[in-house]
Amino acid sequence: MNRTEIFEKLTEVFRDVFDDETLTISDATTAGDIEDWDSLSHITLLSAAEDEFGVKFDMKAVHGLKNVGEMVNLIGRLV
Amino acid sequence: MGDPFSFPFDLALLTKRKKLRRSLLEQDIDFIDKRIAILGGSTTHDIRDALELFLLRHGIRAEFYESEYAQYWQDAMFPNAALEAFRPDIIYIHTGIRNIPRWPGLADGPEAVEALLNETCAHFETMWRRLEAAYGCPIIQNNFEYPYWRLQGNREASDIHGRVNFVTRLNLLFADWARSHGNFYINDINYLSAYYGLSRWSDPFYWHMYKYALALPAVPYLAHSVANIIKSVYGRNKKAFALDLDNTLWGGIVGDDGAENLEIGQETPVGQAYSEFQEYLKAHKQLGVILNIVSKNEAENALSGLRRPDMTLKEDDFIMIKANWEPKSQNLADIAHTLSLTPDSFVFVDDNPAEREIIRQQVRGAAVPEIGDKPENYIAAIDRMGYFEVTALSSDDAARTEMYRQNAARSRAETAFSDYGEYLRSLDMEAEIAPFAPMYCSRIAQLTNKSNQFNLTTRRCTQAEIEAMAGDKRYITLYGKLRDKFGDNGVVSVAAGEVIGGRLDIILWLMSCRVLKRDMEYAMMDELVRRARALGLESLRGYYYPTAKNGMVRDFYAAQGFQKLSEDADGNTVWELDIRRDLPKKNTVIKICGDKKETER
Repeated sequence: MNRTEIFEKLTEVFRDVFDDETLTISDATTAGDIEDWDSLSHITLLSAAEDEFGVKFDMKAVHGLKNVGEMVNLIGRLV
Repeated sequence: MGDPFSFPFDLALLTKRKKLRRSLLEQDIDFIDKRIAILGGSTTHDIRDALELFLLRHGIRAEFYESEYAQYWQDAMFPNAALEAFRPDIIYIHTGIRNIPRWPGLADGPEAVEALLNETCAHFETMWRRLEAAYGCPIIQNNFEYPYWRLQGNREASDIHGRVNFVTRLNLLFADWARSHGNFYINDINYLSAYYGLSRWSDPFYWHMYKYALALPAVPYLAHSVANIIKSVYGRNKKAFALDLDNTLWGGIVGDDGAENLEIGQETPVGQAYSEFQEYLKAHKQLGVILNIVSKNEAENALSGLRRPDMTLKEDDFIMIKANWEPKSQNLADIAHTLSLTPDSFVFVDDNPAEREIIRQQVRGAAVPEIGDKPENYIAAIDRMGYFEVTALSSDDAARTEMYRQNAARSRAETAFSDYGEYLRSLDMEAEIAPFAPMYCSRIAQLTNKSNQFNLTTRRCTQAEIEAMAGDKRYITLYGKLRDKFGDNGVVSVAAGEVIGGRLDIILWLMSCRVLKRDMEYAMMDELVRRARALGLESLRGYYYPTAKNGMVRDFYAAQGFQKLSEDADGNTVWELDIRRDLPKKNTVIKICGDKKETER
């Protein structure tokens, strides 16, 4: 799965979790850019991404994530 | 996305929860509103969200109080303005083994282990006592899941120092408390985590990352379990089964194969599976769940199947048997009507997916479990849904099948009389009408939560509220039991009024539909008037609040001789009856005997 495909699917995950059909994400998107993205919805978001891509994140990898671009890279390594 | 509320639960319950919430709120049903406090020993955010969805499915709109992270004990133990102002209807305490502060060491003596066990339990008991005193509402408490690692391996189960042993004993102490205290319910996460898979349930990733004591994908299972307890407390359990016959209760098609060729009994594996399923269904009679048949069959073929001597379920285990070629939705509606139940109180069991789909679409609110078409899976598919979750078991429950059978006999007798009054007198009815007594409080609370049709104010009460009313001199309370020559109906009517100056405000008046048109409501009113006069009161004031279901009592107070005082735009009416002069008794067909203990006093 290439980065574009991952982005496409991940955008759907974001839209579901934040309940916003118009939401778009880019490499540079961080929690600061999405109003409802707090530590609690972060958990839901990661679990939803795991579910969508059929992967399991480990603690160390998840802990270091700085923005959406890094999340896409992480998913890319696991799928 | 399939139905996320069927097994296995989908993570969509959490990730798409806002969308799901919106569509659940659009359901065309009468919601009840409840305030639920979640006191957590770990993160509870998604638990709250998932619980909200499951409760909406049961028609319960919840508002939540959530303790700050892991503050369950502090929130409970100390004066807490926010929680007090919230006035919870239910308190749910979400704790687990992460909240056990100290464990036995291998070097500890038996006394030290015993002391630690009692100390750990006392930590919780103190909290339950304080919550009971401060809030007086039902409490739901998790027991403990097993630890996910075992220092000594198997010996952890038998050795007093073993954590498995410690948790087992702690859970038994919690169970003791639940048995000896009303309004206290164990949410059995020990069972639930085993069912789910302990190693997945306790995945430490979620604890270390987010301080969740269970894995996020397990959260819907937890919420489902808690919601089942809550809907049971508020009388939203299912009440009856509507069962298909061919390939549901037995293998084969009786009309084609003949009764002698059906698969049932101990001879074949498939026959055994059907027999076990029949045993499972039959056991529900002990809970007061009513069994009925809805089958596309010639009636005589259906009966020839049921009359096979090796059937576990016999003809007389069923209250109604509908074996014909009418649509099953129609048969289900007929059964509901005859038994005075609402169609949404049925669980419909059929191996045919097309029939299941029709019922889902035609009979709003009826439960239709996805049982598949393999008899060995039927039990699990029904059982895990918790349709009949028991929070209080009254002796009436076990006798219910018998009562419905007597009702059927009465309706046959009815047709033999030309004059209805003559029929009523022939029933030799005898009523016991007396103030709320402790032994009936659980049944009374159950009635306030179950009765929708003959219910003037549709006020729902917990057992705690009923007990409080019973002990308060400002209230006149009455329960009514009705017996007749066919049998004992048990407690079927409840009334309560609050004394305000010289009048009695009737805040609660309801009756079970199983005794409709027996003049029981007149017997109850005669007694209420008598007691109000004895207190020197001058009038009774009645209230009718219309709902989607209680249209049958719109003119109840007019029939009782009350004058209408007012009616607002929503159809809420207020009525008054002057009791200063002696009123003639309205009941002439039921013999009244008071509660025996009360008469002796």
